[in-house]
Amino acid sequence: MTAAGVVAAVLLLAVAAYTCAGGTDYGAGFWDLTAGGAERGKRPRWLIDHAMAPVWEVNNVWLIFVLITMWTGFPVFFQTVFSAMWLPLALAAIGIVLRGAGFALRKPTRRLAGRRVYGAVFAVSSLLTPFFLGAAVGGIASGRVAPGTEPSAHAWFNPTSVFFGLLAVVGTALLGAVFLAADAVRYEAPDLHAYFRRRALTALAAFAVLGAVTLTVAHGDAPHLWHGLTHGAGLFFVIVAVVSTLVTAGLLLRTSGAWSRPAAVGVMASAVIAWGVAQRPYLIPGRLTVAEAAGAPSTLHWLLVVTVVAAVLVFPAVAFLYRLDTRGELEPLADADLRRGGPEREG
Amino acid sequence: MHTTLHLLAEAPPQMLPARSLMAFTLASHIILVPMGVALPLITLIMHGYGLRRGDATALLLARRWSAVMAVQFAIGVVTGTVLSFEFGLLWPGLMGRWGDVFGIGFGVEAWAFFLEAVLIAIYLYGWRRLPARTHFLLGLPLPATALLGAFGILAANSWMNTPQGFSLDSEGNPVDVDVRKAIFTPMFGPQYWHFVVAMLLTAGFVVAGVYAVGWLRGRRDRYHRLGFTVPFTVAAVFTPVQFFLGDSIARAVFQKQPVKFAAMEIVWNTDTHVPEYLFGRLHPDGTVSGGIAIPQLDSILAGFSPDTEVRGLASVAAADRPNATQATITHWAFDIMVGIGTVLLLLVVWYAFVWWRRRRLPASPWFYRSAACAGVASVIAVECGWITTEVGRQPWIVYENMRVADAVTGARSSSLWTMFGVVVLVYVLIFGSFLAVLLKMRTRWRLDDERSLGAGTMATPETDTPYGPRAAVAAGDAPAPAAGNGDGTAPTEDGRP
Repeated sequence: MTAAGVVAAVLLLAVAAYTCAGGTDYGAGFWDLTAGGAERGKRPRWLIDHAMAPVWEVNNVWLIFVLITMWTGFPVFFQTVFSAMWLPLALAAIGIVLRGAGFALRKPTRRLAGRRVYGAVFAVSSLLTPFFLGAAVGGIASGRVAPGTEPSAHAWFNPTSVFFGLLAVVGTALLGAVFLAADAVRYEAPDLHAYFRRRALTALAAFAVLGAVTLTVAHGDAPHLWHGLTHGAGLFFVIVAVVSTLVTAGLLLRTSGAWSRPAAVGVMASAVIAWGVAQRPYLIPGRLTVAEAAGAPSTLHWLLVVTVVAAVLVFPAVAFLYRLDTRGELEPLADADLRRGGPEREG
Repeated sequence: MHTTLHLLAEAPPQMLPARSLMAFTLASHIILVPMGVALPLITLIMHGYGLRRGDATALLLARRWSAVMAVQFAIGVVTGTVLSFEFGLLWPGLMGRWGDVFGIGFGVEAWAFFLEAVLIAIYLYGWRRLPARTHFLLGLPLPATALLGAFGILAANSWMNTPQGFSLDSEGNPVDVDVRKAIFTPMFGPQYWHFVVAMLLTAGFVVAGVYAVGWLRGRRDRYHRLGFTVPFTVAAVFTPVQFFLGDSIARAVFQKQPVKFAAMEIVWNTDTHVPEYLFGRLHPDGTVSGGIAIPQLDSILAGFSPDTEVRGLASVAAADRPNATQATITHWAFDIMVGIGTVLLLLVVWYAFVWWRRRRLPASPWFYRSAACAGVASVIAVECGWITTEVGRQPWIVYENMRVADAVTGARSSSLWTMFGVVVLVYVLIFGSFLAVLLKMRTRWRLDDERSLGAGTMATPETDTPYGPRAAVAAGDAPAPAAGNGDGTAPTEDGRP
């Protein structure tokens, strides 16, 4: 494999990582939105706040890494995508600001009205951001953009884009529900566990149906993608995704559901990897190959060196963080900790 | 004036909205940067001091700064993400042609930032459960990751100022990229150290300023003294260093980017014995109105001798240099930055003198009034420094290799203006809410303090630390099914009321 090929693989893995990590995060926002009124949604939202807080920034840093790998490794690809799909990406950027700020500001706010506003901003933008990012990916997957394409709605508002966008939203909802169900076990809240397990199953069913429909749409709308998904490595990952879906369903139906998280991550990651593998050797099917878009060879080599060095440092750190988080070692400072005389101990 | 109009007429309509948007988002983000880079260090110093001395007040300050950091870091993450989107949304031409030449710095930055995000999450959320020592030690690498992140960003920016590490083929596309040369450009060293030290002293002055205000309002207990002394001392140590670094970067600009230097000092004709203008306005015909001219000084500062020849703006074609307005902006920004730096140095000298002679903090209210302003002033200085380097490079985005006009997006200017409007609205709301949240936290803490002082619970603060396993965890942290009442973490406080 050429250096460009390896960088493309790194990029795809980073996209998959963002889809899973960021997706879990957006999914929590989805369930925040659908949790109902202030009283009814109090407990789900409490769990969402607590489960998300320590890790959401890290989850979203994957996106920065995706963007940087794109422009350093494949400058022309980056230019093409951001020129042609200006609007959805601009909206996604604004969505990211709103949801991050909404989430960060909701926690220290005490008044109900204020919390409602920040909460609504957080939740609505959690829904729109993955949709627009998905729509942009749909535009790439259906080969609607090429170097020099002018910005137009056609590039991102087409059958493939719309279904990719919906798939992204439902996928994040699935991940969010699965992770929140597991978090509920950690926080010893059996009622919330059941609550999110039901939603995870619904989201999984919706994801499966939508995935099948998207495949059918791709048959007519994105022939190159369809061919890739039904042959060779692409087909393999589609099968992995289907098997993971069944496994996830099985695990969710059993009450414990401890392994449902890796299974759900398997569904999303293999779906993303299937898409990426299906459009080999193209970055944009029929328009731009990996080799054509590749940056200077020495840069690609250095990018790989940086990636390897960083992976050695970052992966243990991220694993350590997730481990601490899932073991309940991380929790925000409570009011008592911020009072003079230190935190008060009860019991 | 004629040239300006001519240039404006030539510029694509996307230029103004794209520039405004970039300037606005970067100017907003830059306010958070000193805090992101240096607040962890200052907090760790306070934290370490508290642990070593068993000082509950120091630990309380460190915990409260952590609570502030949690909100500020989150907003920094999102405003930073917007900037990486804007590289594509506003300047696709820059990234498309040069992404692989100077992008590697961003690659380093991305991973450094990743580590920083992980460590900061562990630090901010580790106060309660992690063992005291482990928690502190896990926080210690934070300043190093911040320095590494700054390395990446400054490598990219200094490359735009003094691009190298590539050659151009017949079509003008970069080939033969030499990554090492592209990272370590001539301006990299001066820019990096100037930036890092600026971040340290800005964060120090900003944090100390908060407690200076408290001092002025009559809150002069140990809590406020400590909250003032630690950050102010950090800033005080770095301010003289910055004076030398600032001086040396100005000379580096004179050597490596003579046209930018000419704009900074509004020098029109190449000459020796060039006077130094304090403020003043440059006109398109090369005359300067207003301002105070100090004879010979510019030549002396640039090369230690009045015979030093300083290149003027007129030495390059009008289309290849900043216009008179841009030069005046650069000049003012530079002068304001240097002026603020000088005043801050005087303030630090005052502080150091009193400490040296009397071993105590200055008692004059004027000192605290100045210290309260020092935070805002140093943020303004950071903004001015950034304006100096960016506006002084115009009309180039990559100096002498790509004009801003050639890098700008082809998206409709009306869409850009719309996005600009939306972003301004969103940022005003976000930064307004951020400020409101900070003020609320402050008020809440102050009321808590007054209450606990009144109740006399300050008697034995040392016995309580936030560390160690909490016996009440299982009962208190799980949301109680119906009422949701437990200890401090229960839904009534942290969940939706």
